[in-house]
Amino acid sequence: MLKTLTEFNAVSGDEDNLRNFLVNEIKPYADDIKVDITGNIIAFKKGKKSDGSVNVVAAHMDEVGFIITKIEENGFLRFEEVGGISDAILLTQKVEIGDKRVSGILGVKAVHLQSKDERQNLIKMKNMYIDIGANSKEEAEKKVKIGDYVAFASRYTEFGNDKIKAKALDDRVGVYAILNLIKEEYESDIYFCFTTQEETGLRGAKILSHRINADTCLILEGTNAADVEGVKEHERVTCLGDGPALSVMDRASISNIKYNDFIKKQADENKLKYQLKKTLNGGNDAGSMAYGANGCMTAVLSLPTRYLHSPISVAQKSDIDDLIKLSECVLKNIHKLCPVRKEVIK
Amino acid sequence: MLDLQKLINTYGISGDEGEISDLIASLTKDYATEVYKDILGNLVVHKKGNGKKLMFAAHMDEIGIMVTYIDDNGFIRFGMVGGVDKYNCLYQRVKFKNGTVGVVGYEEKISDIKNIKVSNLYIDIGAKNREEAEKMVSVGDTAVFLGECIVQNNRVISHALDNRIGVYVLIEAIKRIKNNKNDLYFVFTVQEEVGLRGAKTSAFSIEPDYAIAVDVTDTGDTPECNVMAVSLGNGAAIKIKDSSVLCNREVVDALKECANKNKIKYQLEVLEAGGTDAGAIHLTKGGIKTGAVSIPVRYIHTPCETADLCDVENAISLIEKIEF
Repeated sequence: MLKTLTEFNAVSGDEDNLRNFLVNEIKPYADDIKVDITGNIIAFKKGKKSDGSVNVVAAHMDEVGFIITKIEENGFLRFEEVGGISDAILLTQKVEIGDKRVSGILGVKAVHLQSKDERQNLIKMKNMYIDIGANSKEEAEKKVKIGDYVAFASRYTEFGNDKIKAKALDDRVGVYAILNLIKEEYESDIYFCFTTQEETGLRGAKILSHRINADTCLILEGTNAADVEGVKEHERVTCLGDGPALSVMDRASISNIKYNDFIKKQADENKLKYQLKKTLNGGNDAGSMAYGANGCMTAVLSLPTRYLHSPISVAQKSDIDDLIKLSECVLKNIHKLCPVRKEVIK
Repeated sequence: MLDLQKLINTYGISGDEGEISDLIASLTKDYATEVYKDILGNLVVHKKGNGKKLMFAAHMDEIGIMVTYIDDNGFIRFGMVGGVDKYNCLYQRVKFKNGTVGVVGYEEKISDIKNIKVSNLYIDIGAKNREEAEKMVSVGDTAVFLGECIVQNNRVISHALDNRIGVYVLIEAIKRIKNNKNDLYFVFTVQEEVGLRGAKTSAFSIEPDYAIAVDVTDTGDTPECNVMAVSLGNGAAIKIKDSSVLCNREVVDALKECANKNKIKYQLEVLEAGGTDAGAIHLTKGGIKTGAVSIPVRYIHTPCETADLCDVENAISLIEKIEF
C-alpha cells in the first residue's frame, strides 16, 4: 500500500487523483465522509462510547513538486517550485508532468559547456528547464500546458537493512498510517482527515480547523532525519530506527504539554518506541489546527526520513510500524486525555 | 509593586503558561464575575456589564530557550523560544522551571563572533556529565533569562517586563473598575512571543465589539538610537500603528478623549518594527475594532528591560476609565 501511495503524484493543489483513491479506500470503515471546498477529506468514525469530545488525526496528502510556467520556442519548459525544494538536488532528475505523466528531465547545459564560474557555483532553479524531448513549442504544447503540475518520477524500493526509498514519504507515510488506523475500533468519536496544500503553507488544515472545531488533534508527519555524515550530534533532528519522533515545538506550533505527556505515558506503559525531535525548525499542519477557530490541543508524531523533499527519501520500516502502533495506542485511549474547553476557576 | 515582582518571578514561557495563569487567577478572582481558562491556556477574567463587549488582551508568556540536546559532558544545546537575540544571550544566566540555573556560552573556536549561529551556543548547568545533567533537565524543558527585578528612581529594571508589566496593568485595572457599563473580558493570552497565537483563538471565541491590547513598546530616548517619538516617563502610549496593525480610528480617538478628560498623561506611538496581540485580534472573524495601550520599555527582549512606573500608573488609569 505504501508503494501505491508514494507512486501517486499529488503536488500541492493537485491532490484529486490521490483523494479519489483514498475516499474509496476508507469508505468501508467510516460512518460519514465529506470532501470540503479545499479538497480536505473529513472521515468521521463513531466511537463505542462517545463522550462528546472532538478528536482529530490528520495527515497531508500533498507533496512538493513544480508547476509549468512557460513553454519556450524550442520546446523546453520553464517551471517554478511548489513547496520547498533545494536547488542542489535538482540537476538531471526525472520528472512526470500532468495527469498523463509525460516524462521529462530537469536539464541544464552539460558540464563542458559551462563557464568556470557556472561550474563552481550552485546552479539556480531559475536557470534550469524541463526537457520532454519535444523539438518545438508546437510539439510540446500537444503534451503539456502552462499550469500543469510536475512531480518527481521515482519508484518505491526496499533496500539495505530494513530501509525503503521513495518520493513523497512526507507525508504519504502519515496517509498510510491513517488508512491503517481507520480500520480499528475506538472508544471516542474520531475524525480521520487528509489535508491539502500543507507544503505551501498549512492551508488545507487552516480550513479544516474551522470546519471541525476540534478538542484534540494528532498530526502524523514525515520529518528530517539528520543522522548522516557531516551533521554534529546535537543537530541531528531525528535518527532512523529510534521510533516515531514526538515534537515539543517548531516554528509553526508548540505542542500541548498535557497531550505530549499523555503520549509519552502511553508509550512508556505499552513499551512503544519514540524519540524527541531535537531541533525547533520546520512546521506542519499542527500550526493551523492549534490556532484555528477556538483552538485545540495538538501533538505531532513524525517518521524520521532522510533526504526529505527530494526524489528519494529514505526511511526505516520498523519506524513506520512503531509510528502506527503508538498512534493507535494514543487514539484508543484518547478518552483518558479529557480535554476541557472551558475550565472555570473557583 | 509586590504583585509586579511576584508576576515577574513566576514561571511562564510561551507554551507553558500554567503557573503564571494560576497566579493571575488568584489575584483577580475576587473582582470578577467569572474566571476561566480555555483549551489553549488563555486565562479569561470576565466582569459582566450590559453594554458593548470590550476585550483587553495582555500576553502572559515570555521569551526563553528550549533544550534540544544534552551531550556526553553534560552541556546543553538549545533553540530559541520567541525573539531571543543570539548575541544578547551570551553569558547570560537562564533559569529552568525546576529552578536549575545555567549560563550561556559559545564554542570558542569561532574566531569572529559575528559568525555565531544558535547551534554554536550551549548552556552550562555545572553538570559533570550527561547522566548528571539529565537528572536536572530533559530535552524539551524550557528556561527563561534571569534578570533580578530592581526599582531605582521610580524606574524598574527586570527581565520579563515584556509583558508582565502589561499583565500587572490589567490586574490593577480589574481591581479598580467598579460598576462597569461595558461587558469586559480581560484576557491573559498565551504564545504571543511565538506569533500572537493565543490572542487569535480567544478573540475568535469571545468575539468582542472592541479590543485593546496591552503590551510594551520601544522607545527613542537613548543615546544614538533609532528615531521614535516615545520616551520613558512621558505617559502611557496610545498605539497608532506597528508592523502587525493599523489601529482602528474610533478606538484611538476614544483612548485620546478618555485620557484628556481624565487628565491622564499619554503619548502617541508609531512603532516601525514589532507587533502585538492587536495584530491577530483585529483580523478575527469579520474584523474587530482594535487598538492598543503600550508601556514604554527600553532594551526589550533582554534581561534588563527598563520601564518608568509613572507610565505604568497612567496606563492603569487609562484602562480603568476607557468606555465605549
